[in-house]
Amino acid sequence: MLYREAGQFKTSYAKDLAIFPIRQDRWFIALVLIFFGLVVPLIANDYWLKSILIPLLVSSLAAIGLNILTGYAGQLSLGTAGFMAVGAFAAYNFNIRVPELPLIVDFILAGLCAALVGMVFGLPSLRIKGFYLAVATLAAQFFIEWVLTHFGWFTNYSSSGVISAPPMKMFGFAVESAVEKYLLTLGVVLVMALAAKNMVRSSAGRAWMAVRDKDISAEVIGIPLMKTKLTAFGVSSFYCGVAGALWTYCYLGTVEPAAFDLARSFLILFMIIIGGVGSILGSFLGAAFIGLLPIFLNNMAATIGHGTLQADTMANLEHVIFGGLIIFFLIVEPHGLARLWQIAKEKLRLWPFPY
Amino acid sequence: MTKTIGDVILRCDNISLSFGGVRALSDISIDVREHEILAIIGPNGAGKSSMLNVINGVYHPQEGTVTWKGQTRRAMKPHESAESGIARTFQNIALFKGMSTLDNIMTGRYTKMRRNLLWQALYWGPARKEEIEHREVCERVIDFLQIESIRKTPVGRLPYGLQKRVELGRALAAQPELLLLDEPMAGMNVEEKEDMCRFILDVNDEFGTTIVLIEHDMGVVMDISDRVAVLDYGRKIADGVPDQVRTNPEVIRAYLGAGH
Ligand SMILES: Nc1ncnc2c1ncn2[C@@H]1O[C@H](COP(=O)(O)OP(=O)(O)O)[C@@H](O)[C@H]1O
Ligand SMILES: [Mg+2]
Repeated sequence: MLYREAGQFKTSYAKDLAIFPIRQDRWFIALVLIFFGLVVPLIANDYWLKSILIPLLVSSLAAIGLNILTGYAGQLSLGTAGFMAVGAFAAYNFNIRVPELPLIVDFILAGLCAALVGMVFGLPSLRIKGFYLAVATLAAQFFIEWVLTHFGWFTNYSSSGVISAPPMKMFGFAVESAVEKYLLTLGVVLVMALAAKNMVRSSAGRAWMAVRDKDISAEVIGIPLMKTKLTAFGVSSFYCGVAGALWTYCYLGTVEPAAFDLARSFLILFMIIIGGVGSILGSFLGAAFIGLLPIFLNNMAATIGHGTLQADTMANLEHVIFGGLIIFFLIVEPHGLARLWQIAKEKLRLWPFPY
Repeated sequence: MTKTIGDVILRCDNISLSFGGVRALSDISIDVREHEILAIIGPNGAGKSSMLNVINGVYHPQEGTVTWKGQTRRAMKPHESAESGIARTFQNIALFKGMSTLDNIMTGRYTKMRRNLLWQALYWGPARKEEIEHREVCERVIDFLQIESIRKTPVGRLPYGLQKRVELGRALAAQPELLLLDEPMAGMNVEEKEDMCRFILDVNDEFGTTIVLIEHDMGVVMDISDRVAVLDYGRKIADGVPDQVRTNPEVIRAYLGAGH
């Protein structure tokens, strides 16, 4: 009975509306924040920061974006990476063409550009649903990639199509080292995750879920379908756009359309399926799972197989495990790791008694 | 009952509605007076649900007009009707399955919430205050319907009878002037029906809400309604106080003909 709300009576609706109403949850979150905000920057080496934690955080942000659209508003999208690309290129172009703007403003503008593009490609959702909408967003993915590779203006007429991201400055400080980039990413992701959590527990989030669950009753209650769906596309793409900018500036260090291909869209879709469709926490869990699984498998192979497993076998093994897990979650636990976590908490509440 | 029934608040004039070749409603005129409970009865397929759908703008009739609170029109958008004070429940439960009871009921407040997305993202100050205010309204509805214990339960897990009750709650949360109930008691056992009848009468009594309801159980209809309109094959064949309607030969024929 380590985890329970016994004795924690909510005496007002205000208390019940707190983001983490249970005390143990608040402690847990505080510990997680201290760990990732203070301990990690002190102990993690550059490899962990640059190659694992930063991409993991940025993927979580993109997964939150997709989760808003697909998990909460019920609009299936395969254009995630395309919207990330819009953000990446918008941030880059604002950065080099309007150098007076602070980088944080470039990031916000990147989000807004992606939001605008997302809303345009969201227009078909007013007429079509499900599979057909997925195909329409797939068109967005290909169209954006095509535009960015065929019009030199976006890549500033660089011959290879790959350009390095300009050096970063935030609030007067140069952001250069891995730790600095990690902290910047962490800050942006945390603020945006909190905002997302707040939106989904407010009237906008209820409208999204209402449209997802039963659009006819949503409309009869007074929720305008067009506005609600387009808002979902806009907010979702804003998140993807900022994620794209971070991917470029904090992770890759280069701006290139190839980084935002269809495979990335699918990867982010898998993250929310495994992590939990319709859950902000799940977006993090899914990104962490997919980001860490290959590393985990590699280490396993190294310890167990003593080098007998070949690299291509490993890569195949990874695909098989991914595929298996996705099918498992789709069939057995559509709400993903986030739901498993919740079940574990419910069990813990009753522990050590079975009922 | 000592309630006073007011003037006509909703007037449907010569409504005709067809789907392709199927004529669902032919030249139907119905008046609804303020504070009354009007029951619409009739065999399956008579056009009762279609009539409610015309009133709140889900279906747009080919002919006729709807006059609601002095404004006359052929059709309005469903969300416009919600904003103007009409709420409804559906014949087949149409709750938001993935959301909790409370969240379902909170959606009923949607048209009355004003804070924009940025405020909601902050969830602070005015946005939080607004959320609390509307929560209070919903809690009163929850109290009224005695569903406190299932507040946080996802509605998909609730038994049928309770789902119907939550759906009524969602409509009540909007504090509507006109409440349209499509077979609110279908599929319920006697006890659940009694509860539902009591809720309907109490809503009408306490808040003066005008109610139009569709119901098959004649006992219930005769008990709770002030007036009854009878539809058959898309036509209105009778309209009057329950006792009048019960003895109307055409009504008896329609019901016997349909095997009731
Ligand atoms: N959306 C629709 N599309 C086609 N036909 C419909 C539709 N809605 C109702 N109808 C038809 O209109 C007639 C009346 O249906 P309805 O209003 O549901 O009757 P009731 O509620 O009295 O049982 C039926 O013949 C039904 O098949
Ligand atoms: Mg019907």
